[in-house]
Amino acid sequence: MACFLIPVAEAIVTTVVGKSIEKKEAAPEVMKIHVDGNLEETVTKITFSQKVKWLRNMLWGGSALLAFEHVWHGEVVPWFPFLTAAGNPEDAAEMLHEMSTVGVTMAVLVTAVWLVMVGVTSYAERRAEKDETVTE
Amino acid sequence: MTLLTTVFAAVIATVVWYKTAPKSNMKLGTLSLMYWGASIMWFVDAIFEYAELKAEYFTPAPADMLNDLFLGLSVVALGLIIWVAVLLISDPKGVVKGVLFKKAN
Repeated sequence: MACFLIPVAEAIVTTVVGKSIEKKEAAPEVMKIHVDGNLEETVTKITFSQKVKWLRNMLWGGSALLAFEHVWHGEVVPWFPFLTAAGNPEDAAEMLHEMSTVGVTMAVLVTAVWLVMVGVTSYAERRAEKDETVTE
Repeated sequence: MTLLTTVFAAVIATVVWYKTAPKSNMKLGTLSLMYWGASIMWFVDAIFEYAELKAEYFTPAPADMLNDLFLGLSVVALGLIIWVAVLLISDPKGVVKGVLFKKAN
């Protein structure tokens, strides 16, 4: 009915927080890694604001495509109150229930997947740094 | 069907991104993240629907399946349109800028 509004709300917060982190962030750290065994390359680490952009892209992209599905099913309309379920109290209650269950679960799962992505990336960075220390 | 279509789009976009990364600046990462975000959201939707319908969830009416497939393909097309718009606006290769502002001889 309007479950996509919860990920949209999170996407707005993520965009604002991401911009604020980007402004405060120092220049990306530089590190040396070994490619194909011996070849040494100087690379820049992925900044936290770049990682926040992954979450932002998943939330905005997913919400936009989900919003389209709601338009397709006639649940979102281009006139006030824009959500057909908001027209009467019974449907509005059902819509709020769906937002608090399906919508919240969507936002939580997308965030959980992002946290796994950040965890894996941090692990890969630490491993690359460790390899560098051993070879030096 | 919508979930399946989006998952296939996400996998294809990710494989193409992997093949061209890190040299490519075609914003394929944005496209794949967009499809993955939608896939996760539809997956949650599918879980809640399954909890309600149980086994009936896996035996949809042919007309519903066709409508869902049509929706899925439309979603993939919309994703591609958003990606093209993001690509042209951010213009990482400077192509749009180059076309709009040609160097004076």
